[in-house]
Order: sequence, then structure tokens, then C-alpha cells
Amino acid sequence: MQNKLQEIKDKFYDIVVNRVAGGKYRQILVCGGSGCTSNHSKEIRDKFAELCKDQKDIHIVSPGCFGLCAMGPSAIIFPEGAFYRNLTIEKVENIYKTHILNGQIDIDNCYNIKDGKLVDLYEMPFFKKQLRVVLHNCGLTAPNKIEEYIARDGYFALQKVLLQMTPDEVIDEIKKSGLRGRGGGGFPTGKKWELAKLSKESTKFVCCNADEGDPGAFMDRAILESDPHSVVEAMIIAGYAIGASQGYVYLRAEYPLAIECLNTAIKQARELNLLGKNILGTKFDFDIELRFGAGAFVCGEETALMASIEGKRGEPHPRPPYPAVKGLFEKPTLLNNVETYANIAQIILKGADWFAKIGTEKSKGTKVFSLGGKINNTGLVEVPMGITLKEMIYEIGGGIPNGKKFKAVQTGGPSGGCLTAEKENVEIDYDNLIAQGSMMGSGGMIVMDEDTCMVDIAKFFLKFIVEESCGKCTPCRVGNKRLLEMLDRITKGEGTMEELEKLKELCYQIKQNSLCGLGQSSPNPTLSTLNNFYDEYLAHIKDKTCPAGVCESLKKYKIDKSKCIGCSLCARNCPANAIYGVVKSPFEIDQQKCIKCGLCFKNCKFNAVTKG
Amino acid sequence: MVKNMITLTIDGIKVEVEEGSTILQACNKANVKVPTLCFLKEINEIGACRMCLVEVEGIKNLVTSCVYPASDGMVVHTNTQRVRKSRKCTLELLLSDHNQDCLSCTRSLNCELQALAKEYDCDANYYKGEKSKSIVDDSSECFIRDNSKCIKCQRCVAVCSARQSVNVIGVNKRGFNSYVGCAYDNPIGKSTCVNCGQCVINCPTGALKDKSQKPQVEEQLSNKTKRLVVAMAPSVRVAVGEVLGSQIGENVEGKMVTALKKLGFDDVFDIDFAADLTIMEEGTEFINRLNENKKGPMFTSCCPGWIKFVEHFYPEFIPNLSTCKSPQQMMGATIKTYYAEKLGIKPEDIYFVSIMPCIAKKFERLRENQNAAGVADVDAVLTTRELSELIKSYGIDFMNLEESEFDKPLGISSGSGVIFGATGGVMEAALRTLKDTLENKELEDIDYLLVRGLKGTKEANLSIAGKEIKIAVVSGLKNARTLLDKIKSGEKQYDFVEVMACPGGCANGGGMPIHPSYITNNKQIAGLRAKGLYDSDLKNKTRKSHKNPAIVDIYKNYFGAPGGEKAHKLLHTTYVDRSKKN
Repeated sequence: MQNKLQEIKDKFYDIVVNRVAGGKYRQILVCGGSGCTSNHSKEIRDKFAELCKDQKDIHIVSPGCFGLCAMGPSAIIFPEGAFYRNLTIEKVENIYKTHILNGQIDIDNCYNIKDGKLVDLYEMPFFKKQLRVVLHNCGLTAPNKIEEYIARDGYFALQKVLLQMTPDEVIDEIKKSGLRGRGGGGFPTGKKWELAKLSKESTKFVCCNADEGDPGAFMDRAILESDPHSVVEAMIIAGYAIGASQGYVYLRAEYPLAIECLNTAIKQARELNLLGKNILGTKFDFDIELRFGAGAFVCGEETALMASIEGKRGEPHPRPPYPAVKGLFEKPTLLNNVETYANIAQIILKGADWFAKIGTEKSKGTKVFSLGGKINNTGLVEVPMGITLKEMIYEIGGGIPNGKKFKAVQTGGPSGGCLTAEKENVEIDYDNLIAQGSMMGSGGMIVMDEDTCMVDIAKFFLKFIVEESCGKCTPCRVGNKRLLEMLDRITKGEGTMEELEKLKELCYQIKQNSLCGLGQSSPNPTLSTLNNFYDEYLAHIKDKTCPAGVCESLKKYKIDKSKCIGCSLCARNCPANAIYGVVKSPFEIDQQKCIKCGLCFKNCKFNAVTKG
Repeated sequence: MVKNMITLTIDGIKVEVEEGSTILQACNKANVKVPTLCFLKEINEIGACRMCLVEVEGIKNLVTSCVYPASDGMVVHTNTQRVRKSRKCTLELLLSDHNQDCLSCTRSLNCELQALAKEYDCDANYYKGEKSKSIVDDSSECFIRDNSKCIKCQRCVAVCSARQSVNVIGVNKRGFNSYVGCAYDNPIGKSTCVNCGQCVINCPTGALKDKSQKPQVEEQLSNKTKRLVVAMAPSVRVAVGEVLGSQIGENVEGKMVTALKKLGFDDVFDIDFAADLTIMEEGTEFINRLNENKKGPMFTSCCPGWIKFVEHFYPEFIPNLSTCKSPQQMMGATIKTYYAEKLGIKPEDIYFVSIMPCIAKKFERLRENQNAAGVADVDAVLTTRELSELIKSYGIDFMNLEESEFDKPLGISSGSGVIFGATGGVMEAALRTLKDTLENKELEDIDYLLVRGLKGTKEANLSIAGKEIKIAVVSGLKNARTLLDKIKSGEKQYDFVEVMACPGGCANGGGMPIHPSYITNNKQIAGLRAKGLYDSDLKNKTRKSHKNPAIVDIYKNYFGAPGGEKAHKLLHTTYVDRSKKN
């Protein structure tokens, strides 16, 4: 069997290794990630296939996410390495004619163009500062072909572990690497493995948390859709290290493509005896089953996740006992998230020292972020720990659209907080983010511009929490609801300074008194915006205005008399008959009647209607 | 195995506990009271309400003392400002989502939330906002759920599943919208709920309450158009005084009879009499089964919760249920036939009220084949709690009442009758009569200690008239389920099995006075009440059912032979298979 891995690698190495600029073959890679797929990338791929069907030696491949979701659906054509963006069927026809038939780059549709010439894709700002460890196969190999994974040294880490390393050596290697949990808390992974190994029970479980739920986070989805074998391989390694023979992946049912990819991967691994009995001819047995989450955010919390796998209501329970002692089905359980696992094979293959050289002193390696919100290059990025916010926003992210000003970025989802523009030189790692009142979380990064109201943002995340709280413990169930109501009153101009003090105290109590991590971190976005944007809260409460002009109730539409020519368009469109005036002289808005629908603002051709 | 002992300090008090104990257990040992709401010992240890949070030196967060393991050298503070503020906040949050209808709430002054709110000087309206949707389920014949008073402690859910294995309620939806109810929002009255009432007596607030017939009874008491007859189950006498000034388990039978007379009842009888009657019928049925070599055990049928449990979950055992009506129904049948004839009045001119430790009796009253005289055997069922309330509201100074005796003849009973109220009591009473009857002796050694006590499952092999009889006594439906599964699989074989749905039997019935969880977690209430019953048994000159002169007389002059045609017609009933989906 060991030779078989090498045989497969030898057979497929050539085709995969040539997916570089200057490679040997004509290959067309069409992004097959969820983002692009929902933008009809499958049709793009089919169109390419149809057009090229009579041409020999053109390989059309559907790898997972390229990362540049803002430009999807996209394709890369080798050997030139041209990245074609925002594709449509018509564009594909053009590209086929220009590029495939005539050998010319279709410059208008190509991203990696500088001064009219094709340049190395990885020198483009979006890619230049990225370092792809976890995503090293993303956008490169076909997720449904185990052979391509093996061609990129896939399952060689497993082979090394099973044939050359003891479980303790594996754990030592992970410990030495300094890898920390990528799911949010940043607990040292090696230590976690060690604790699970120390439990003496004969039955243990390895679980993978793929219940990615933070708003705006899609790192794990991309990994599973692009490189499912990296997770499968790591779980087998973890099983060997801690002494477990059964693994469960808890995956949200809303990720149908990830489910499909993972199911295929597991099936293929079984066929090659990489899962099952006597793996690679050794005495080690391990298998993996999938369990689907029904869309409850709280099931990302480890104890709730395990309750859900067991078929119970997804509610957390107090720790101790910790999962390493008493987890799934009351047995010692190791739980890591998708991205954590995706690091493992690389660490085993390249060594802990290699890994530990990447990143900062206490946060080793890279981190995958999903960059979203008010940013030009929405997408999936992987950067070394320690990169600054500035580099993330302005270089990789390509800055803020429409020339707006960067205001803040939310990390850590509803459990995290915001980093303001003044913090743009902060090096992003676990400890720095916590010091700034936010947290790494799973890696969602939502960028906000000057048009964002921070009270509204706090309300947004709290609303999410109120919807997702399981309701088991009082502070989270009732406290967050009350908090949301207080914020709601503030955004409606009904807030008082007295209530603001009450709100702060309640935030503190919810953090301190809640049962699980969800509740304990739920006031973070509120506290973080309070700390960084206190003035905005004051403006809502004292001046009854929303500086960003977002909060409906506080919005005031006015007509600038110097700009109004009295065309009466606004008055004719006003559904509340709140605008009056005489044609050809400036109109006025009756604030009592105005329902703040914004139609006047939208319709005015002279920018005479202002809001604020 | 001897467990290691560890020492920790709680509010400056050094206390030694077994390793593996929780901080709360250590606090109890140190006599430091920590408030709890969701915690039910061994049943609901979920750390949900957050009331029991304490501060532990060296641990950043507050810890949940009800589940957090104590460790050697731990220093715990249970009443720091930080802790007290956190508890107050939790309470005020609960109150902000609570229907503060305390003035007219059945649990006012006996509400754990209300008591803690007062202890912590809470402002009930400190947090303002939307309240959860009020969902009232009054589909059951026995109790009403009003979720506007529910604090989501999940105690009812836990007893229904962990203790009773009925699993009929759970938490629906999530977060602020979560509420306790049946799956798919089915009404509980149409569910597999067996009406044991354990949820009701474990509810800290007024979210669960009896579906009361008090108004109807009060109306009868004031109209006096009918002959008003009342009788109470054995265990009522050791509990009815608990909210009127007596100790838990104190027998207040005499005062209770006086109180009932004062309320205006014409006859105050004792269901202990009907318990004796049950022994005669059930004993005969058992002997017949033995003689006919019928397969499988015979199960007792006194407990309506148990009966419904079998009908829903184990219909294959319906043929094994004794066909005897329960003592409540036998009492009603006897009153509406024998006693009516004796008085020379029509059965419909009698209004019979039974006082029960049980809410399932409200359902049992309405079952089919419970109308010996062509009218309902029982007209109204009041729980022990409701009787206490009635006595209180009629201004009766209960503890200073003279004692009276039950009316004759249906108030005459044996010691066997009174122990029906404790788990094992029915079995012991049956054995006393069976052994005497089958061995044709008058045995004096009649204390069957093997079947006494609060253990959930008790087994014994006895020799009666040279025959080996295997018996089992079970209380708590989870234990019953385990036993039935073992019988089904062939692992266990018995001849005679007593089952009571409530853990500890009727003494811990769902209709009994409700005590706060800090008492139920630390005291064996069922045991204290059972002791009152066994003491009463000892004091009775007649301790065997078949020696009860009133029983002897009624068979001689009315029913004929036990199990005979008349007795069978009036005192036996039928069951239905409820396992089939509608």
C-alpha cells in the first residue's frame, strides 16, 4: 500500500505540478467554491468544456475556492496563468476566441494585468502578502480527486505518522509547532491532544467542528469544499495520536457542497484503505461519519455540538467535565475545528520548526480570514499571524469601495469586537486582538466604512445572538433580549444616560454569569463599540441623531433650499404627503408627517434632499 | 470502596467532603445555604438558572456550585458583593420575563422565585421589555401549564424524563422564545402524559397547577342539596397539615376529620377501608391466577399513573394488570351502591369527593367503567394541597382542632389499609392477607421489612403455603420501565409486582403539598410521610385487611364472596390499549 501512494503520486504529479505559470499543459481551472457556484460557475465550466471539446490536451478542472470571491465566477488559464474575473457565458466565448484560439490574453477581463501586460498572479496585491499553508491546495486541486491530493503529498503525513512515529511523538510535534485552535479560543492544539490521550478509557472519539456559523465567516466551508482530504487525513492522525478509532464531523446542513465533497473524500479514502480497518497495512483502525447540524449557532459550542451529535437538543452543559475527560457519549473526545485540522498534515510533513517560524511569538502559523463587508476584494485570504490590519484592508483587501473612509473592522463575529481605523497598525494575532477588546474568533473579518452606525452594528450582532441563544441559562436567554431592547431604544432616540449605565452593567453580568462561551462573549460587540465609539452612543442618546445616518427613527430628511429648484418630484413621490411647496420655489418637508422612507432622497435629481 | 476525603473552606468554615462532591454539597455540609432554582439532586444538574454561582479563589469566573466539583484546598465565598449582585441580576432578569400575577397565583407565598426575589430585594420591574408569549395548556384533566410563569429551569422536563421515563415534555424553540411543551406543540391532554404530577410538585413557580374542582365542591358545600360524602387516601393524613402548621409526615387524621365535618360534609369516610377492600379482591384475583397457572406476573392497579403508562407504552402487559378498580373508585362504587341503599337514597343524590395525594386520580375518575351504580363512582377529586387550601380559606384553625373519628362503617380500616400510601405498602398488605388465607393461619409476624423503604426497586422471594412466590415492588416509572423490559426479555420473572408511579409511592404523590427544592434536595419527604403511615399501622388493633370487621360485614351482607359476581361487577374495571396512534 505504501508503494501505492507513491505510484498514485507519480502518476498525477505531472499534471498537478504544471498548474503554474509557464507549466507544460493548457489547463483551465474554473472556481468550484460555493461563492462562484452560486454565481453559475458550473455553467462557465460547461461552456469552456463545450468550446474546447474538439481540442486535444486541454484539461478543464474545477478546484475549490481561488479566494477572490469578489471577482467570481473566475477561472485561471494555464500555462499563462491568466486570472479571468466576473465571467459570463459571453465573456467565456470571447476568452475562448482570444486566448485559447489566438493565444492572446483578453486583457479587459483579466485581473493580473499591469501596464497592459500579464503579470504573475501571485504578485498581485490580493495574493502577494498571503501565505498559503492551510489553503495550499485550494484553487489548485480538484476536491473530488483523491489522486490530486496525493500528488500534492496528501496522506504522506499519515503514512509517516503510522509507520515512523509513536502517538507521543505526533503529539510532541504538534505541541512544538505552537499550533493553536483556529475555532476561536486559541487553545494550544498539542495540549488538547495530550489531554485526550491521557484519558485511560478504551473508547475515545475524534470530532471535527465544521459548524461554522459566525455571520460573514466561510473559511471552513472553503477548506471543506476545496481540500476535504486535508481534514480527513488530520482526523485519522489525531485518532492515532489519542487512541481513537471513530471520528465524527459535525457539519452544518446548509453547506451542501461541503457535505458532498467530504462524503466523496471519505468514500475515496475508504477505497484506498486510508480509512477503515488496518489502515496502510498497520493495526490501526479508524473511520469517520458525518453528522449534520440543523442550523443552530450554539451547536458550534463544543458541549452543545456533542449533545447534538448524540441526537439531543443542542444545549451546552457546564464544564468540567471537559470533553477530553467526558465528551461525546460520555467518552473522552478530541474536538478541533476544520482549519486546525487542515494545518496538521503540513506540520507533520514539513516539521514543527518550519511551522513555528511562521507567525508571531505566541501565535504560530497562518490564519485564514474571510474578508467581507465594505471592502473591494471580498474573499478568502490566508496570511501569516502578525500581519497588520492596514495590510489586510488596503493591500490584500484593495481598500474601501466608493472612496469611503475605513471606520472599523469586526473580528470574531458576534463574540468578538471591532478594531478601529486608529488600530490599523496592530499586528493581528490571538493575544493582540484580545488586548484590543476583540478576539480572533474563527476568522470572519467584516469591514465597515464611514456610513456604518456602530450602535446599529452592536444591535445587529446582538440580534443574531438573541436569535441563536439556546435559552438554557437565564443571563443569555433574558439578558441579551433586554440588552437588545435597550440598544433598540437608543437607536430610536428613546435612550437615556441612566439606561446606558444599566446597559453596561447588564453586559458585565451577562459575560460573568452565562453558562457557555456564547453567552459569556455575547456582549462583546456592544462593549467594544461602547469603548471605541462612545460618542456615537452619546449622539443617539443626547442629540437624538445618528451620525452615520443609518438609524431610521433618527434620520431627518431636509431640503437644501439653495439646491432645490422646486421641480416637485419629491412631493409627488412622497407617500405620506409630507412635502409641500410651490412649484419653482424650494419645497419643505413636514417632519411630523415624514415617515422616513427616503424616497425624496432617492428621487431628487439635484441632490437637494439631505439626510442626517 | 472508601472515597478520598478532601477539605475546603466555605465562607471561612473548613469542611471535609468526599472527593467528587460538588461545591454545593460541601456548602450544605458546612450549613451554608446557597440559593438554587434549577437544581434537583441527581435529576436536574444542568447549571441553567445561574442562581448558585459562587466565587472561588483562583478562578476568574464565578462557578456553578451545583455542578462544579469541589477540590482540596479550595476557598469558596458564597456571599460576596459580586456574587450577590450577579444573583440579583439573574432574578431581576427572570422577573422581567415573568407574569407577575403573584396576588392571585396558586403558588404565592410558596414560590421559590418569589421567595428569592424578596431575599435579594429585587425590583421586579428593573428591566423592562417584551415578555415571552403566554402559552396556556389546559388540555389535561389534571393540571394546567401556564408558561407565562415558567422560568425555564427544566425541572419538570427532567423529572418527566430522568425520573419517570415518560419524556412527554421538552424545551421547544430556542432562546427567548423557548418554552416547555410537548413535541409539535401537541396538547398535553392528548399526549402520552400519565398525569403522575411529578412535574407539578417539582415546579418552583406557579407554571404548573392542579386543574381544580374546588369551585364545584364549594358549591355543593353551600347548596347542600345532596348527601355530601368525603373520603381520603391513606397518605393524605400525613401531609395535609404540612401547610397548616404540622411537621412533614405528622399524622393529623383526627383534626382532618373534624375539619371536613366543619366544612360541611355529611359523612367523612376513609379510603383505607377501600384499600382493605382492594386487598380482598386483588388477593383473590392473585390466588385464582396462581391456581390457573397464568403466565407472567400480576401487577397492582391502584395507581392511575401506572395504569396509563402501561396502556401507552406496554399494552402487551394489560392482561397482567389486576382488574381491580383503585381504592378511590372502589370507595365511590361502595358509597354509590351499598351506602346509598343503606341510606335508602338514590345514588345520584350522593356527591362523593375523594381527597387524593395524586392528580392522576382526576383523570381516573373520568375513565370508562367507573360507574358501578350507573352514575360516576366519584364526583370530585381534590388533591391534598387543595384540601389544605380549602381548610385555610374556610378560616379553620386547623392545629387547634379537636380530633374526631371517621364515620362508620366506611371509615373503619386496618393497618394494612393505611400503609397503601407508601411504596411497598400494597404488597405488604396483600402478603399479610395472602399468607393467612393460603396457609389458613393467623400469623403474627406480619412486618415485611423487605418491601419497605424508598429504594426504587425491591425484590423478594417468599414461601407461601409451600409455594415460592417471587415479588417485586417498584416506584418511579423509570424503574418500572426497566423492570418491564427485564420481564419482557425474560431476564426476570415474578408472580406479583406492585408499581406506584411516583418515586416513594403516594407519600410523594403529585398532589401532595409542595416544598421548595432546598428542602426536597436535602430531606427524604416520602420517607418522613411513610413513617407516619407505618406508625399508624402499628397503632391499629386490626392490622390485616381481611380482619377489618367492616370488610367482613360488607362481604357477608352485600358483596358476597370476594371476586364473586357482584363484587366483580361493582369493584373491577377494564383497560384500553393507548399505544396505537390516532
